[in-house]
Amino acid sequence: MFLHGFLPSLLEGALVTLGVALASLALAMVLGLAGAMAKLSRWRWARGLAYVYTTLIRGVPDLVLMLLIFFGGQVAVNNLALALGHEDYIDIDPYVAGVLTIGFIFGAYLTEAFRGAFLAVPPGQREAGLAYGMSGWQVFARISFPQMFRHALPGLSNNWLVLIKSTAIVSVIGLHDLMTRGQQAAGSTKEPFVFYTAVALIYLGFTTVSELVFDRLQKRLSVGQRQGQL
Amino acid sequence: MDLSAITENLPLYLSGAQTTFELLLISLGLGLAFAIPLAVLRTLPQRWIWGPIWFYTYIFRGTPMLVQLFLVYYGLAQFEWMQQSTLWPYFSSAWFCACLTFALNTCAYTVEIIAGSIKALPAGEIEAAKSLGMSRWVMLRRIVLPSALRRALPAYSNEAIFMLHGTSLASIVTIMDLTGAARQVNSTYYLPFEAFITAAVFYFLLTLSLVGLFHLAERRWLRPLMAR
Repeated sequence: MFLHGFLPSLLEGALVTLGVALASLALAMVLGLAGAMAKLSRWRWARGLAYVYTTLIRGVPDLVLMLLIFFGGQVAVNNLALALGHEDYIDIDPYVAGVLTIGFIFGAYLTEAFRGAFLAVPPGQREAGLAYGMSGWQVFARISFPQMFRHALPGLSNNWLVLIKSTAIVSVIGLHDLMTRGQQAAGSTKEPFVFYTAVALIYLGFTTVSELVFDRLQKRLSVGQRQGQL
Repeated sequence: MDLSAITENLPLYLSGAQTTFELLLISLGLGLAFAIPLAVLRTLPQRWIWGPIWFYTYIFRGTPMLVQLFLVYYGLAQFEWMQQSTLWPYFSSAWFCACLTFALNTCAYTVEIIAGSIKALPAGEIEAAKSLGMSRWVMLRRIVLPSALRRALPAYSNEAIFMLHGTSLASIVTIMDLTGAARQVNSTYYLPFEAFITAAVFYFLLTLSLVGLFHLAERRWLRPLMAR
């Protein structure tokens, strides 16, 4: 029988992996946007905070951060609950810990990508918007952000590809993702090679499809953009 | 905060840091050594040469390193012939499998980095070398590689830092690297903050020294390309 009937289980795990990856991406984009705006802001404390965030996160492995947030968060939450008068033990959901860690990490990488992209929008664009009497928020939403996004796309696509592969480590904190399902199937059939190959192929499918989608998106967002001929 | 457990286990962390450093050095060294010739072959026009190399980098860059590690360490043990072969003592060791996987992984990324920088070489440099009558091999050795390798430095420094962080996966296959040390301290004393933050500080210092090292290398070898 094909994969000993473990295919549905693997696909379920693949959905969990995709869910973790997409939720983390959403969180990372929010943090990245906030980080980029903080780095470009006129307030010194905001720039300092964003600098500390990106430097610290990019200096530590994702696995260590994840174990810190999962085990450390467990202790912190329970100490807090005890202080508030809860006696029961609270378990941290590995899904939440995974999404928080990966979103937090890639927020730092996206901060850099978005910062560069904001800088790539000519300042005259923003000034023209202000000259038309738009408010600061309107200039951001109508002028800077849409133009920034095209410049941010290559960085975004690279980070997404790294992110989706990083989700494999959530298996370490006990989430039933694609990796865990593969481990379970490998354990019960004694055919680890077959199942890890299957897992690898599913990841390869994810990254390949992502690259194709980003290629099309890039073409679409670059419509009307002149390309220099070498 | 209970730092006595950390100070007591400082030797464990230090030997973990050494293990992490050794893993990094072996995998980067092997990866780079194989990546340079493969990158040159990757830029050749013949499809039967660049095709298989492209396929190798596509597979290794498209899948998580953790899956690759499990495939090598647990996966190969599935086969009877593997367990009978003379290579089995190597493939049954977590250390060998981790080094092999990390080297194969970083090699794939490095091939693409170097091949990209060879392709981006200014046409004038190659034309000048040809017009001086250099043979292909001499041109490669004197012009193409020195120029491409130094241009690849900034991208390669990122890859080296990713690899430093990637070595933490070794702790999942029972190797006592920095992360492994932290996990052991955490499971013995149940002090997650102290245990993992100590490891994080070590990694941070290693990252900073790596960044500093590459900064020096860029100052030394990228100087001719810098703005004056």
